[in-house]
Amino acid sequence: MSPLDVIKIREDFPVLRERVYGKPLIYLDNAATTQKPRAVIETIDRFYSRENANIHRGVFCLSEKATQCYEGARHKVKVFLGAASDKEIVFVRGATEAINLVAATWGRAFLKAGDEVLITHMEHHSNIVPWQMLRDEKGIRLKVAPVNDSGELIMEEFRKLLTGKVRLVSVVHVSNALGTINPVGEIIRLAHEQGARVLVDGAQAVAHRAVNVRELDADFYVLSGHKLFAPTGIGVLYGKEELLEKMPPYQGGGDMIRSVTFDQTIYNRIPYKFEAGTPHIAGVIGLGAAVDYLREIGLDKIAAYEHELLEYGTKKLMEVPGLRLIGTAEKKAAVLSFVLGEAHAHDIGTILDRSGIAIRAGHHCAMPLMRRFNVPATTRASFAFYNTKEEIDLLAEALREVTEVFK
Amino acid sequence: MNPDLQDLYQQMIMDHNKNPRNFRVMPDATSVAEGFNPLCGDHLHVYIKMKNGRIEDVSFEGDGCAISKASASMMTGILKGKTGGEAKALFEEVRAMLSRDVNSPVDTEKLGKLAVFAGVCEFPSRVKCASLAWHTMVEGLEPTGKQVTTE
Repeated sequence: MSPLDVIKIREDFPVLRERVYGKPLIYLDNAATTQKPRAVIETIDRFYSRENANIHRGVFCLSEKATQCYEGARHKVKVFLGAASDKEIVFVRGATEAINLVAATWGRAFLKAGDEVLITHMEHHSNIVPWQMLRDEKGIRLKVAPVNDSGELIMEEFRKLLTGKVRLVSVVHVSNALGTINPVGEIIRLAHEQGARVLVDGAQAVAHRAVNVRELDADFYVLSGHKLFAPTGIGVLYGKEELLEKMPPYQGGGDMIRSVTFDQTIYNRIPYKFEAGTPHIAGVIGLGAAVDYLREIGLDKIAAYEHELLEYGTKKLMEVPGLRLIGTAEKKAAVLSFVLGEAHAHDIGTILDRSGIAIRAGHHCAMPLMRRFNVPATTRASFAFYNTKEEIDLLAEALREVTEVFK
Repeated sequence: MNPDLQDLYQQMIMDHNKNPRNFRVMPDATSVAEGFNPLCGDHLHVYIKMKNGRIEDVSFEGDGCAISKASASMMTGILKGKTGGEAKALFEEVRAMLSRDVNSPVDTEKLGKLAVFAGVCEFPSRVKCASLAWHTMVEGLEPTGKQVTTE
C-alpha cells in the first residue's frame, strides 16, 4: 500500500484554500461535518445543470436519467457498506433520521412494555432521545452501559446488562466526543447470542475506516452523508432485508405506495416503502460521488494515514502545559478532545479561530458523557485525511498561546 | 497575539475571570434567577437582595467561559446601591454596546469600567456570553419564573 499523498488530496478540496483572518484555514472540525471534494461538488453541479428531473415517475429521457443516477448511487452505497442487496439501502436525511425511523417503525411495531433497549454512556443525543421517546410511549426500559476513565465501554458491565429482556442494542461505532472505537463485532455477536437486534451508529466511522455490515452482521447501520464528504441532508439506513420487510412504513406519501384508494393503500416494496415524497435526489447522487472518491483512494490507506495523525497529534498536544485529553481509549479514531488548564472551551475556540483554526467547543451533543467525565465542555480537534502534521504543529502552537492568556 | 483578541481578553477581564467578585450563593437573597446557555454550557445563578427599592447586595455563582464570568463579576460590582430602574437602564447601555456596529463609539461615561467589553462585538458568537449575566439579572428584578438564555 503506497502512502497517501496529502498534498495532492488537498487539491481536491477547494475550501481548503480559504483564508480566515488572513491565515490559511486549518479545518479540524471533521467530526461535525467534512469538507466536500471537487468530485462531489461537480457531480451535483452537473446534475442540476444537465440532468435534473424527478425520479421514478417520468417517462421522458431526463427523468429516466435522473432515476438511473439515483438508483446507481444506491448501488454504490450498497457496495461501499457490503450490504447484500440494494433493497437494504434506505435513503433518509441523516443518521439522526435513520435512528428515529427504526424507533418509530421497528420499535413501535415490535417492542412492548418491559422490553429493554441497551445503549452506552458515550452515545450522541441522537441515539438517546429517540429511545427515551419510545420509552415514554411504550413503557420499554432504557439501559445504559458504562464507560471507564479512558472512555472505553466496560465490556464486563455491558455483558451483565445484556439480559434476555434486551431486544435491541443501539451503539455508536466511533464516539464523536472521544474518538473511542467500540468493538461492535463482539457487541453484535454477544447481542445475537441473547436474541437481541443491534443498531450501529456509524456516523463517525464510515469516513475513516472500511466498514462491512455483513461481516459485522449488523441488523441496522446508520450514517450521515455530510460526515462522509457528501452533502448535508442525506443519510443512509442499512437494514437487513428480512427486518425491513416486516417493518411498517415510516411516513406516508408518494413513492412509498403501490396503489391508493380512499379505503386502502398497498405499500411499495422495500426500500421505497420508507422513502415517501420526492427525496434529496442531488444529495443521493452526491453521496454516490463521495463513495466513489473514497473507494478510489482506499479506506485502508485513509485509516493508516489518520492513525499517524492521531499518534502525532496526541504526542504534540500532550506537550502543551496543562492539557488533559478526554478519551484515551486504546482503539481510537483521529479525534482529540481535551481540557486545558483553567481555560474554558469557548475561550479556546475563539482564540484558535483567530489563528484560522476551526475546532469544536462544547458538549458535542453528548451531555451525559460530559457529566461522566465531570467537565461542562471540551475542546475537540477532529481530523480527516486532508489534514497534515504541519496543521497539528500550528494547533499546538496556538494552544500554547491560550495558556499564555490564561496563565 | 492578534489585536482583536488582546481587546477581548484584556487584563481586567482576565482578572475578574480568575478572581470573580461577589462569587457566592446568597442565602437571604430576595430573588434568584438562573441563566443557562445550553449550547456553550455557560450556567449561572444571580442573587439579588433588594431593600427600600435599592439593590443592597448582588452576587452570582456558576460555571462558564472567561467572558461570561468576568461580565457577571463586573456587573455585580457595579449594581450595588442602584435602584431597579437604574440597573435596567445600565442593562440597556450594555446591550447597546454589545450589539453595536464595530466602528460606532461607546458611551464610556455611562458604562464606566464596563466599557472593557466593547471589543466583544467583534466576536458575534461571544455576545451571548457577555450578556447572559445581565439578562439573568433583569429576570431577577422582575421574575417570570423562566430560565434565562441568550442563545
